[in-house]
Amino acid sequence: MRRSLLFIPANTPAMMQNADVFEADAVIFDLEDAVQMTEKDAAVDLFTQFLNQFKLNNIEIVVRINGLDTPFGESDLNRIVSDQIDTIMLPKATVQSTALCEGLIRKIEKRKKMQKQIHIIPIIERAVSVIESYEIASFERVDGLLLGAEDLATDLEVERTEQGFEILFARSMVIMAAKANGIDAIDTPYTSTTNLKGLEMDSVLAKSLGMNAKSCIHPNQIDTVNHVFSPSLDAIRHAKRILEAESEATKSHLGAFSVDGKMIDKPIIERARKVIEKAKLWKIE
Amino acid sequence: MKNVLNRVVPEGFTPFQGANALITSKQHKKLDPIVSTNTSKAVDSISRLFDLIPIKDSMTLSFHHHLRNGDHVLNMVIAEIKKRGLKNMVLAPTAIFPVHEPLVELIKNGQVTSIVTNYINGPVADTISIGHLSDMLIMDTHGGRPRAIESGELIIDVAFIATPTSDSMGNGNGIEGISACGTLGYTMSDLLYAKHRVVITDHLVDHVKKVDIDGKYVDYVIQVDRIGDPSGIVSGTTKPTRDPIQLKIARDTIKLIDELGFIKNGMSFQTGAGGTSLAVALDLKHKMMERNIKGSFASGGITGFLVDMLESHLFENLYDVQCFDLDAVKSYQNNPKHIAMSASTYGNPMDDPIVNKLDVVILGATEIDLDFNVNVTTDSSGYLIGGSGGHSDTAFGAKLTIITTNLTKSRTSMVKDHVTTITTPGESVDCLVTERGIVINPRRTDLLQQLKHSKLNIVTMTDLYQKAISMTGIPKPIKLSERAVGVVRYRDGSIIDTIFQVGGKTS
Repeated sequence: MRRSLLFIPANTPAMMQNADVFEADAVIFDLEDAVQMTEKDAAVDLFTQFLNQFKLNNIEIVVRINGLDTPFGESDLNRIVSDQIDTIMLPKATVQSTALCEGLIRKIEKRKKMQKQIHIIPIIERAVSVIESYEIASFERVDGLLLGAEDLATDLEVERTEQGFEILFARSMVIMAAKANGIDAIDTPYTSTTNLKGLEMDSVLAKSLGMNAKSCIHPNQIDTVNHVFSPSLDAIRHAKRILEAESEATKSHLGAFSVDGKMIDKPIIERARKVIEKAKLWKIE
Repeated sequence: MKNVLNRVVPEGFTPFQGANALITSKQHKKLDPIVSTNTSKAVDSISRLFDLIPIKDSMTLSFHHHLRNGDHVLNMVIAEIKKRGLKNMVLAPTAIFPVHEPLVELIKNGQVTSIVTNYINGPVADTISIGHLSDMLIMDTHGGRPRAIESGELIIDVAFIATPTSDSMGNGNGIEGISACGTLGYTMSDLLYAKHRVVITDHLVDHVKKVDIDGKYVDYVIQVDRIGDPSGIVSGTTKPTRDPIQLKIARDTIKLIDELGFIKNGMSFQTGAGGTSLAVALDLKHKMMERNIKGSFASGGITGFLVDMLESHLFENLYDVQCFDLDAVKSYQNNPKHIAMSASTYGNPMDDPIVNKLDVVILGATEIDLDFNVNVTTDSSGYLIGGSGGHSDTAFGAKLTIITTNLTKSRTSMVKDHVTTITTPGESVDCLVTERGIVINPRRTDLLQQLKHSKLNIVTMTDLYQKAISMTGIPKPIKLSERAVGVVRYRDGSIIDTIFQVGGKTS
């Protein structure tokens, strides 16, 4: 379960060493767009050295590799996949590339005799990926889908707008595909790093549609994103009352019960459990 | 001889015995202010003044630093010292900046042999660090300096008072004229107690609207072309940081202040003009507005940022010893709630200074050690890069003293086993906030108790030190010469530490 995932270029030592101080749930070390073509091998060298020497505390380590349709993707996997990372982020995912990625990771894990099973977050950033998103989400190792709205807008030949009507369908598809497979629906980053009000509004919209996390391109975005995607104190209090009422109802052998005059049924109880689970995980009281 | 913090104290000085030890036991000897008897005060030039007083070898001349790195006055006076070949002069400027580079030559050739100041950086600092000053550098605090002057410990022969606007009798202020710099708090003790007081102005008027420099204490008035360069007068950083690490530190600092219950009606607050400090002030502003809280005062060096908080009715008053920017100058000029204070009112430990009424102060550190001692005087190589200013005064006075710093800077840990130079004693420091955790001084059991169930990342100083050296490695100890080039004089007049020469002895 994630709320915030912070992108950090995998060739910036000063930023990398502070990756775990901003309270993001995951950090995405980026070997793809953040690294120039001529610097690809140096970035992988630096990043592997970093992993060997530096221990990050209590944070999921995700690595965005180069696409498997580029000369770098497979080599990235061979060098990066290890017990020191948790997840591979796969750009421009399709069913075919996700299957390839999963197969390659499996082989590498076996070859390296790894303890861990590496997860995959495919990026849904092409029209074809949106259409295939349900199938992509159903791969065993896929535990989240990230919507990549900028590349998708290019594919769709549309301009990105503040309101985001142009990505409404894609957002909804990613959410449905993810939720149908019980995995994280991760929203596209908000591209202004200074407009925190805009970020908040965009996050609230994404959450209202069903996204449960958002990627961040600047550490200053994390607090806002964590705040929006965490259950509110009111929601936690309400969830506690529902679960207490449920417990009382069970003791009294009551089939149906109400809280604040509203009937409580199974889906509401499930939502309340989820809220309490998140509150515990993120230590919110 | 060593003091209570196990730091060397040169012969002839009083060793530091604890932050409050001498303040409570020392009798406050206060001189009477000297009223001028001069009726004709105008003097043609600085050169003529040297003849008139006369200024001779070994005299002590003082200056203030309200014109900061735009100051011309100190350089004009030392040019005259140089021309006349005077020797063994003692200078007592409240601060020395890079603009004062011409002083280097006079230090090297023995014309200036001793300096008493509260803050020093730039070429003069480097020159002293490598051992060229033949006598001692004495580093005071902003509150300690007026104490030394008022008690007769620092006797000033001639005070040169750069005054942006003055009349012919020496009534002046810092808010009008091309060199306007705002309040003139650091010069007030010099004005009252120096043997000779000289106003130097570039804006001579018939009538001064607001009198901050009282002409009755002024002996001479000299008009010059320019007393300063306005571009160097305003402080460099007056905007909150955008650096994510520093913003996190600022956010955590406000969370800490809030959890400790200090954000409430009547709160008083001080912070500096650096990016992190202003980010703390910005977060505080939001919290105060959100909860409709009205504080009593903010104090110290004043920025437009604090002016904005005053105008938003978040504070009752601003107590201003120094304006950092033009918004602050304008506010002091127009808003009666923006009140000037002298350095003595601000921090003199022998009175009941404003710093003692502070609830919260946010301060920086060049180094902090496992005993919470803070260095803002030298860098980790031993070079002079600053000084206390109001650091030890506010740290002593405030109910909650918070140091904010990145844990590592330029691949160096800011937490050390022992700081290179102690500026502020650990007993005055309550909390350290870094991006990798918050440390509470174990002496403050009350704070630790309050934070017992806190979700803030509270760690120990040893945890932070270990984390830092795991990232940076253990630095090789620096080698300083055994020759003392200066002392850090605590606000009570005792010596808290000695500054040693960097590198080998000079010939």
